Amino acid sequence: MSLWEYANPRRFMALSGAALPWVWVAAAVLCTTGLVWGFFFTPEDFRMGTSVKIIYIHVPSAFIAINAWFMMLVTSLIWLIRRHHVSALAARAAAPIGLVMTVVALLTGAIWGKPMWGTYWAPDPRLMSFLILGLFYLGYIALWESIENPDSAADLTSILCLVGSVFAVLSRYAAQFWAQGLHQGASLSLDAEENISDVFWIPLVIALAGFVALFLALVLVRTRTEIRRRRLHALAVKARTA
Amino acid sequence: MVDLGKYAADILLSYGLTILLIAGLIGQSVWAARRARKALEERGE
Repeated sequence: MSLWEYANPRRFMALSGAALPWVWVAAAVLCTTGLVWGFFFTPEDFRMGTSVKIIYIHVPSAFIAINAWFMMLVTSLIWLIRRHHVSALAARAAAPIGLVMTVVALLTGAIWGKPMWGTYWAPDPRLMSFLILGLFYLGYIALWESIENPDSAADLTSILCLVGSVFAVLSRYAAQFWAQGLHQGASLSLDAEENISDVFWIPLVIALAGFVALFLALVLVRTRTEIRRRRLHALAVKARTA
Repeated sequence: MVDLGKYAADILLSYGLTILLIAGLIGQSVWAARRARKALEERGE
């Protein structure tokens, strides 16, 4: 069976309905394990002290904030190229999740920054690109809400998503591109020499997996809602024209 | 209870805000899903 057959709303509803309980369970188990382990059972860092416990929420939320935009980019491209409605609705469904994760990352970063850097905020390349990414999320959501024709809204928000991808990339790589500012490099890397100690790394990876599962569960729930709303809209239009 | 030392307020504030925001997001998502499903059921779908 072709992957594109899942773009059929009925098939998507059936598959997502069966998968959702398992995704919710995975999210609950992984988030609870990672966060409880990180909060209660990890030692102090020799530089950051106990404030290191904030990374178990800051790093996963920042990871989702950036990668939610990339997921929206892929689904927007699918909409623009193949005109599958489910992909446009999945992009719309992901945006509020990305916005909340951006706000969480900015808030927890600022709270952590005060004792570590001596300030809540600085015009650092990574912090600024993250703030702009948050504003792109707001603009994307506002654009969907402001256009009545669903296909026109999907077209225009997809273009906005392509433009905003620049800031999603900058949010991830700004610390390397400019090699300046307060924000340190990646806490997690495929290059083992750059990674934090295992005692922090293991619960962090579990929490990260939990946030990914939570994101997936929320995207599925919200996409299903968007499909139902689209159906309600179609029924309302049909009733008006009948 | 774990000893959070001098950063206790920062850590608890971070976790508190995160739980509040994510719980709000989950609550709103589930509420909207139920509302849409109920509206469709009322139309016999």
